[in-house]
Amino acid sequence: MSRTFGTALRLSLLTWVMFGLGYPLVEVGINQLAFPRAANGSLVRLHGQVVGSRLIEQRFRGSRWFHGRPSAVHMDPRSSGASNLGPSSAKLARHLAARRKRLLAHHPRLATRHLPADMITSSGSGLDPDITPANAYLQAPWVARARGLPTASVRRLVARNTRKPWLGLFGQARVNVLSLNLGLQRLAGRGRYGRMGH
Amino acid sequence: MSPAAFWQIALELLVAAAISVPFGHYLARVFQDQKTVLDPILDPVDRLIYRLIGKDVVSQAMDWKGYAVNMLLTNLLMGLLIYMILSWQGHLPWNPLHFPDVDPFLAFNTAASFITNTNWQNYGGESTLSLFSQMTAITFPMFTSAATGFVVAIAFFRALGPPRDKGGNLGNFYRDFVRVLTRVFLLPCLLITPILVWQGSPETLTGMVTAHLVQGGTQHIPMGPVADLEVIKHLGTNGGGFFNANSAHPFENPTPLSNIIETLLMMVTPMALVIAFGRMVGNPKLARVMYGVMASMLTVAVFVAVIAEQHGTPLLAHAGLMRHTGGGQMGGNMVGKEVRFGITQSAIFDTVSTAFTTGTVNSMLDSYTPIGGMVSLVQMMLNCVFGGKGVGVLNFLMYGLFAVFIAGLMVGRTPEFLGRKIEKREIVLASLALLVHPLIILVPTAWSLVAPYGVSSLGNSGSHGLSEVLYAFTSAAANNGSAFAGLNGNTPWYNVSLGLVILFGRYASIIFMLALGGSLAAKPRVHETIGTLKTDTALFGGFWFATIIVVGALTFFPGLVLGPIAEFFALYAHHASVGAIR
Repeated sequence: MSRTFGTALRLSLLTWVMFGLGYPLVEVGINQLAFPRAANGSLVRLHGQVVGSRLIEQRFRGSRWFHGRPSAVHMDPRSSGASNLGPSSAKLARHLAARRKRLLAHHPRLATRHLPADMITSSGSGLDPDITPANAYLQAPWVARARGLPTASVRRLVARNTRKPWLGLFGQARVNVLSLNLGLQRLAGRGRYGRMGH
Repeated sequence: MSPAAFWQIALELLVAAAISVPFGHYLARVFQDQKTVLDPILDPVDRLIYRLIGKDVVSQAMDWKGYAVNMLLTNLLMGLLIYMILSWQGHLPWNPLHFPDVDPFLAFNTAASFITNTNWQNYGGESTLSLFSQMTAITFPMFTSAATGFVVAIAFFRALGPPRDKGGNLGNFYRDFVRVLTRVFLLPCLLITPILVWQGSPETLTGMVTAHLVQGGTQHIPMGPVADLEVIKHLGTNGGGFFNANSAHPFENPTPLSNIIETLLMMVTPMALVIAFGRMVGNPKLARVMYGVMASMLTVAVFVAVIAEQHGTPLLAHAGLMRHTGGGQMGGNMVGKEVRFGITQSAIFDTVSTAFTTGTVNSMLDSYTPIGGMVSLVQMMLNCVFGGKGVGVLNFLMYGLFAVFIAGLMVGRTPEFLGRKIEKREIVLASLALLVHPLIILVPTAWSLVAPYGVSSLGNSGSHGLSEVLYAFTSAAANNGSAFAGLNGNTPWYNVSLGLVILFGRYASIIFMLALGGSLAAKPRVHETIGTLKTDTALFGGFWFATIIVVGALTFFPGLVLGPIAEFFALYAHHASVGAIR
């Protein structure tokens, strides 16, 4: 028995070293070399400063920016998560009604319309970086108006930032909100520069 | 259902099935000590490990008791190791965010949960665990707990296969354990991690990055060695996330492609084990019947879940949301789901995850429609729709023994299974294994619902609150680990009760099944005669399926009626009456 106990103990320690330390560290080494951007969190830099991760939602306020999905965790990546409100929860109904009301206060014309499914529902991670194309196209005219840009060019920007489902089938067409807003910033910059030229 | 949804389901299931067949043949070769292509590379590795842990012990033959004792001993030692690491993480290295020691209740729950392949999490990874703990107390047992379930199934297959030493030899636990790790888990993990990183999953020793956001303000983004954990989390049907949001988190599951890889990783080994069973007991036809029954149940479950989630609820329609897919959006119930997966990839993932008892989620089950959530609950109650690593196929065989017994009584034939007579001892052991499951689900659920310290953790009220508690104990007993996460499990009551349910759910049923295997292995083989009830026919497959449904339904139907079914009717009745008043 003592012999098998020794074997069990040595097996535990050996597998601990192999799979608890060896395997993760080898993978860190390989992937830091092979995919340094992705392995370090797909960070987006602007003028040398990290302005966020392409995969993590950040808050945009005001009508000059595209807005992401509501987040149950205030878009704080230190505590990812969802509302976990059940399908018949009265609180869920109140949340949805309140978000819809806030939206209508700015855009009364939406009152008669059904909204895209992702627009006022909060995501699973609280950090969903994407919105649906329908959601983005709905926001495009307001953003264009607030920035004094032609709606057509903002819509083209949405189209350029739309990622198709994988192989045209798997998953959902989606627009990354951070990429879209950074594109918007560049578009606005070019527009100003163009006008100054005249 | 849209054609896109249909084809996503069909293709994913077909690809998994296509991988599982050759993989199953490979597994059978590995555990029957036949040559495989990887031998030249892996034989020296195995030999080195055997030498390090004790060559003479590795070459002993073990009967079912020896196998069980060594399995328990190894698991106990590893569990203690995990408990110690968590309890002292504040004093251990690679703790860039300076998390304190994990409190004893939570450390017990977590150690019990991860050593049993359950991966129930009463904590949020990014706000509780150091990188050292994530690697050495979470990633590590993901390998070993999966290997444990796997080798127990292999030992049981040997018991039903050709006799070895009159049933006194079910193989050697240590040898099987090492071979599973090196020949089944290691290579896929090493090769697939870079694919997930390429898709966007981080793999770094940096604990956190601070971003200065576009519109001002800062965001602190935790990360770490995520991608490597993701691969074994799914391949080992473990399911515990690096982050609280699990596979819904964009770092754990960044794209539709990563989602499909993770879904397939969960499915292939449990499916392949059924094929391997057929080869090892010398009856591939029986394995095909089992595979057919399981695959049909899985297919139905996935379709029901996808349709239910796409249909949404009256509450969502009332909130003014689009219900149908089209116009550049997906419709349906998007509460707690991510845009990149939409409805279909979310519902497939979570249903597969509960069928294969992985427990990882890419969308929050607590917010699923009553029917969509019930699909997951039912799969864990049956716990054999392929099921977790090894354990699922064992549960399925347990139901099979009942089916043989009942059918034998009905048509007046001697109950035999794979050339062994099924007698009193076998039926007693199988009954015990069967009864453990409802007992440890229903008793603690009832207790929690009448105790103030149980009810105070509920995140939702009414029927849905009942579903949350029922789901928690079902998930713990089935060693699944997924949750209706509105329930706050991080209280002394739930940490301890769930921890104990997890341990009973795992080891009690494994020991009963090994004992059953030992008993069957020791029996002389009876030759098939005209009076033998054939078990490898489609007809018997149907009877097997009926047995599972009848036993499962009789046991759990009252709980389902009070939980999701009551909620379904209440939800539609409420909104119908609201509509009528208008």
